[in-house]
Amino acid sequence: MNYALNHFPEILQRAGQHAWLAGVPLVLGLLIAVPVGWLARRFPKASPWLVGGSGLLYTIPSLALFILMPLILGTRILDPLNVIVAMTIYTLALLVRTVVDGLSAVPRDTVAAATAMGYSPVRRFLAVDLPLAVPVIAAGLRVAAVSNVAIVSVASLLGIPNLGFFLTDGYQNYDNGEIWTGIVSCLILALVFDLLIQLAERLLTPWQRVVHG
Amino acid sequence: MIRFEGVTKKYDDSIAVDHLDLEFPDGAITCLVGPSGCGKTTSLRMINRMIELTSGRVTIDGRDIRDQPAAKLRRGIGYVIQHAGLFPHRTVVDNVATVPLLNGWDKRKARARAHEVLELVGLPGNFASRYPAQLSGGQQQRVGVARALAADPPIMLMDEPFSAVDPVVREQLQDEFLKLQGELGKTIVFVTHDIDEAIKLGDQVAVMRVGGRLAQVAQPAALLADPADDFVADFVGRDRGYRALSFADTPSLPLASEPTIELGASVDQARAATSDRWLLVVQDGRPQGWVEPARLTGPIEADSLHRGGTVARVDGPLRASLDAALSSPARRGVLVDHEGRLVGTVRAHEVLTAIEQTDRPRSDDEASGGIRLGKERG
Repeated sequence: MNYALNHFPEILQRAGQHAWLAGVPLVLGLLIAVPVGWLARRFPKASPWLVGGSGLLYTIPSLALFILMPLILGTRILDPLNVIVAMTIYTLALLVRTVVDGLSAVPRDTVAAATAMGYSPVRRFLAVDLPLAVPVIAAGLRVAAVSNVAIVSVASLLGIPNLGFFLTDGYQNYDNGEIWTGIVSCLILALVFDLLIQLAERLLTPWQRVVHG
Repeated sequence: MIRFEGVTKKYDDSIAVDHLDLEFPDGAITCLVGPSGCGKTTSLRMINRMIELTSGRVTIDGRDIRDQPAAKLRRGIGYVIQHAGLFPHRTVVDNVATVPLLNGWDKRKARARAHEVLELVGLPGNFASRYPAQLSGGQQQRVGVARALAADPPIMLMDEPFSAVDPVVREQLQDEFLKLQGELGKTIVFVTHDIDEAIKLGDQVAVMRVGGRLAQVAQPAALLADPADDFVADFVGRDRGYRALSFADTPSLPLASEPTIELGASVDQARAATSDRWLLVVQDGRPQGWVEPARLTGPIEADSLHRGGTVARVDGPLRASLDAALSSPARRGVLVDHEGRLVGTVRAHEVLTAIEQTDRPRSDDEASGGIRLGKERG
């Protein structure tokens, strides 16, 4: 507790770095997962490859991916971009299946009606399919957010600044207070992400909370 | 006019619709009816290209439906399906405003139009801001009809629109639909598996058989009177002689005047009113039910009435007059005028005599006579 009180500005700064490294990939991953999910729905034969293949990405150990990134991207080892790209891959791995599930959950009658009303395929996807998939996608996004916050701490092993620093540094200094500070800060950050996603979902889906007649 | 010319739909190894030639006259309801797997829904969906035909041609007013982009074609054709298929994430008014918005109307104008159409289908203003999940099945179906009507398309495709609601609501929706069609005069293609619904709603009924072939197309009365073959006869079902009476207007029946008693009258008044076992109770001239004066223990109250007898309009179809006679405990069928006031009673044998004197519809006349529009609904 004392550690946390004495290092409050540093905690805030590292939490900001951590949130950036976990949050930006969340947005990027979602932006990529949506069209990939659309492709999987559009071409059912490719679906197992797209969904299964993207899911496999999650099995790559994070430390290995962080170290591989500079080789693939040609970046320096300490470039935060490595973490951003690696975390985007993990987000994508979790979200493609979620997006496909969300789109599959849209009632067939609704899709048929939308088509028959005269929606073009792209317009229908944006106006009908995607909004109706929001509850399922939001659930997947919450899992991805918590996972991102956890995995980003590993990047501190490479010296990329984030909340994971308190864990590595605390471990080296035998400082339990510092380690607990790292753990609790990560928890709180994950919770904040979770609440923000829930809030966004509520704003996007007022129709979910009506009293059924 | 929608015209099918040798329309065929083949899937890998099966034929859904086989060389279908059919015309859907303007301003009329054509019912496509048949057992499941007869290709009726496939035929419907080929009109707005939800399903693309394999060979043949579909034209609307002489123009091939493939001459314009599918999305544009569809905005000119209303579409109603079984479970309404409303957009759960949009309010009722925004559901209804969908096609006007797709057609490029501004939001205010589209919503104003949506309110107009909602009123037309009998959904008052306070429904507009609700979400579909807050409506009953029947209300959702009404919104579905309103949504299809919003851009005022000349053609409506309806795929079993009333089959997912309970029988009472279904009948109500059918009656409202006929009334609405009487005002709007759309060209309607209506798919159903229920022959009674087809006969009730259709100006023309096309019976299809498994394999996507047309078995018979005729006006409902002609279909009942003269099925083309065993399949159609079987499909049309039992009681078709009786059901055909729905289309025969009641000629002038020999009406008997009936002794009546006002609701609330005393036992003595009731017993003095008639020597018969049954006595008809009225209120403001409108029949309420029957009582047995001998069994009365107090003044005639609403809940002591025998209400088993049906009441028929004197100018309604013969089926209703006969049913009134058959269902009446006194064996005297109660006939009323258009305001529901008692005109007289009629006995079953008198209705039967009237039926004997009516000509049955002759199928050869009907087949060549084309479609009679604005048929009377009874």
